[in-house]
Amino acid sequence: MSSADPSRLPGRPVYLDAASSEPLHPAARDTLLAALERGYADPRRLHGPGRDARLLLDNARAVVAECLGVRPDEVTFTSSGTEAVHRGLLGLRRGASSANGPAGEARIGYAAVEHSAVVHAARWGGPAPLEAPVDRLGRVDPDAFAGADVVALQSANHEVGTLQPVDDVAPGVPLFVDACASMGRLPLPDRWDAAAGSAHKWGGPAGIGILLVRKGTRWLNPFPGDDRVDERAGGFENVPAALAAAAALQAVVGERAELNARHHALVDRIRATAAAIPDVEVVGDPVDRLPHLVTFSCLYVDGEALVTELDRRGYGAASGSACTASTLTPSRVLEAMGVLTHGNLRVSLTRATTEEDVDGFLAALPHVVRDIRAEAGL
Amino acid sequence: MIADLELDCRGLRCPLPVIELGKRYADVPVGGVVAVLADDVAARTDIPAWCRMRGQEYAGEDPAGRYLVRRLS
Repeated sequence: MSSADPSRLPGRPVYLDAASSEPLHPAARDTLLAALERGYADPRRLHGPGRDARLLLDNARAVVAECLGVRPDEVTFTSSGTEAVHRGLLGLRRGASSANGPAGEARIGYAAVEHSAVVHAARWGGPAPLEAPVDRLGRVDPDAFAGADVVALQSANHEVGTLQPVDDVAPGVPLFVDACASMGRLPLPDRWDAAAGSAHKWGGPAGIGILLVRKGTRWLNPFPGDDRVDERAGGFENVPAALAAAAALQAVVGERAELNARHHALVDRIRATAAAIPDVEVVGDPVDRLPHLVTFSCLYVDGEALVTELDRRGYGAASGSACTASTLTPSRVLEAMGVLTHGNLRVSLTRATTEEDVDGFLAALPHVVRDIRAEAGL
Repeated sequence: MIADLELDCRGLRCPLPVIELGKRYADVPVGGVVAVLADDVAARTDIPAWCRMRGQEYAGEDPAGRYLVRRLS
């Protein structure tokens, strides 16, 4: 059956980690299989198969533009969300530096809770960036970017879900918006000069990012050019995946009014049940947030033990605790918010998550927390 | 600030320093100070967060790099 969701097969754990990657949307699967047959050639060539590939790529661009409310010539397909972040932010910095002239290279300001892709890009050459602090909910004060020549601000936080006041960033400053956590689920903010999205976060295939550069923006390619169909891109276009990403985006945008309301209500239940466990702090904005995501921290609980024990009981969720990270350092997001970093769990719902899944998870959670604490002698 | 109790948590990974603090802070009288010596990076965030969640006072780091906690209840 073509619409089988890989996360719903019998015997698989209940997957509660959509914020890391949403399972492939059935619309994307069908489109991908069809496009693999027709989208193999170089879209720059004038022969029939080349024209076919070009048609699919242009179609993908037009669909993405329509779903996001932008112009088709503002859309670039990249090889990942990270690449879209790097090109978007560093291209704005290069454009602003060139405008600065002898005044020197442009300085980036970013919120302390940005995704590591933004932070690594901001620290890649150029003057030392400005890191703007956030409040306990993880929200930045837009005035804290004063002094920056280019600002990077996420649409929503990928770990705690808090929406950021993107439209309140001072006008006139080139603004890069990392929209990876929200693209497809929520409309783009009004204010952006360049922006990035990641298809596998909305149910498209991995390996496709979306870079948006607004018409008329002073953006200069920060990397070597590549003479492709789109001057902002590098490398041979993954045409079938771009079309599948567009199909998934179109489907998700069509479903989101109903799905977001359902997710919002389920997340409210998770927030309430987690908060009722002693010494558990639910973090992030309770209302002004992504619909499908919630994060909480459990005092005296080892994050790795929490994830492992929930997985054993059939629930797959993520953690921002140091012991679960490749770097063995705690989540920068939780640190910047000043909230407990250990015993952390991020639960994020997919379009296929049912009320029964959430019921089962919520029935297991208090026992898991209690058992881990008991083992620590508390 | 003179500590009434020092917890040497060097070499302990999170959440062990905070578990140690949770088990031992009541060994000092109300108003007393516990000094936690910890080299795990998470302690810098988690000890102030523990104080906030448990209604105790975080009194900062002393020159020796110890995290100071004043028992309020």
